[in-house]
Amino acid sequence: MNMIAALLEQRTGQQIAANRAWRIETALKPLLRMRGLETLDDLVAQLMMSRTGELGDMVVDALLNQETSFFRDSAVLDMVADAAGALQEEAGTRRLRIWSAGCSTGQEPYSLAMLFDERKIMTCSSPPEIVATDISPAALARARSGRYSQFEIQRGLSVRRMMQWFEGGEGDWAANPELTRKVQFRQHNLAGDPPPPGRFDIVLCRNVLLYFSGALRKAVFDRLAQAVRPGGVLVLGAGETVIGQTDLFAPSERFRGFYNLAEAVAPGARSALG
Amino acid sequence: MKTCLVVDDSKVIRKVARHILETLDFEVREAGDGREALDSCMAAAPDVILLDWNMPVMSGMDFLRALKDSGIAHKPKVVFCTTENGMAYIRAAIEAGADEYVMKPFDRETLESKLQIVGVA
Ligand SMILES: C[S@@+](CC[C@H](N)C(=O)[O-])C[C@H]1O[C@@H](n2cnc3c(N)ncnc32)[C@H](O)[C@@H]1O
Repeated sequence: MNMIAALLEQRTGQQIAANRAWRIETALKPLLRMRGLETLDDLVAQLMMSRTGELGDMVVDALLNQETSFFRDSAVLDMVADAAGALQEEAGTRRLRIWSAGCSTGQEPYSLAMLFDERKIMTCSSPPEIVATDISPAALARARSGRYSQFEIQRGLSVRRMMQWFEGGEGDWAANPELTRKVQFRQHNLAGDPPPPGRFDIVLCRNVLLYFSGALRKAVFDRLAQAVRPGGVLVLGAGETVIGQTDLFAPSERFRGFYNLAEAVAPGARSALG
Repeated sequence: MKTCLVVDDSKVIRKVARHILETLDFEVREAGDGREALDSCMAAAPDVILLDWNMPVMSGMDFLRALKDSGIAHKPKVVFCTTENGMAYIRAAIEAGADEYVMKPFDRETLESKLQIVGVA
């Protein structure tokens, strides 16, 4: 049990609180069955003997909380679209860049892509570039495929948007290429990898850092600060904050509920933008 | 407190829907077919209707047309809630005037999110 929790934290930064340890067994049951193993101890033994990291990847994947939905906290996404509209106006012909970090199976970046399209947020020719990353290859594969079950497609997505952007029925829904090509998915570990190249106008990192240790969370904020363009914003999940965690970000006065680089990190950024 | 009229010929579905809706703070009324639903709406219009498609006496679609023609002042929001889960059905329902569409089976989160989308939750 301890070794499995340690593996998860080492690879992803995610800690399993003692009161959620029971979840380990439930979450790993299907994997045990698939491998013909009886107990968690058998799994640990195999993990220690296997030389390729493949089994470890599968264990980590099974333990990650990947819960998400279309338009999760829809009021927040509306505010992201407001901010994107304002920032795009200032950026002129420069295309906005958005990073959805910890995007799970893709609902978050696809929701943004739909919103930007509806609100016509674009330079004269191109909508914002959306880069979406997650540590989990399985989640990314599903995100890229754009395929969703009946439960997933209904949760948070209005029927009109579903009719516009998805095809299918009978339980299996697939995003149109028109939607999937608006988002680039890449594997990325927030707990270790440098941010994707270039600076982003808006970085979303929602419901990912909740179970990181304080020290690691601070390190992640350091790296996120390198990814946010001066004047740009960081968006966290409902109930998450930077306050008391890092000095690099401060609550945005301009975009309520979001964070800007602190004045010391991006001097003059605010005054330059009014 | 908002009112929801659950229209379904299945007692079980009505019971499940009632349970979820009550936890979402709705006052729930029930009807077993379109005809009963229409009578209920004429007596007092609910805020939202959860509407099954296939029912005896009067189907969901026929109910929707009748509701349109009824001249009720405060037209309730209509959320189709059915096992018909093909795009053709969905289009037909929206064209006939439904506001949202839920494919059965559904759970609490699905229902809640759809009620939020139509602006009653
Ligand atoms: C609960 S989901 C949140 C998805 C989406 N942002 C939302 O708010 O709906 C958290 C996601 O973070 C990913 N994740 C966990 N640790 C990570 C790490 N160290 N680096 C990148 N992604 C990570 C998980 O794989 C999972 O898909």
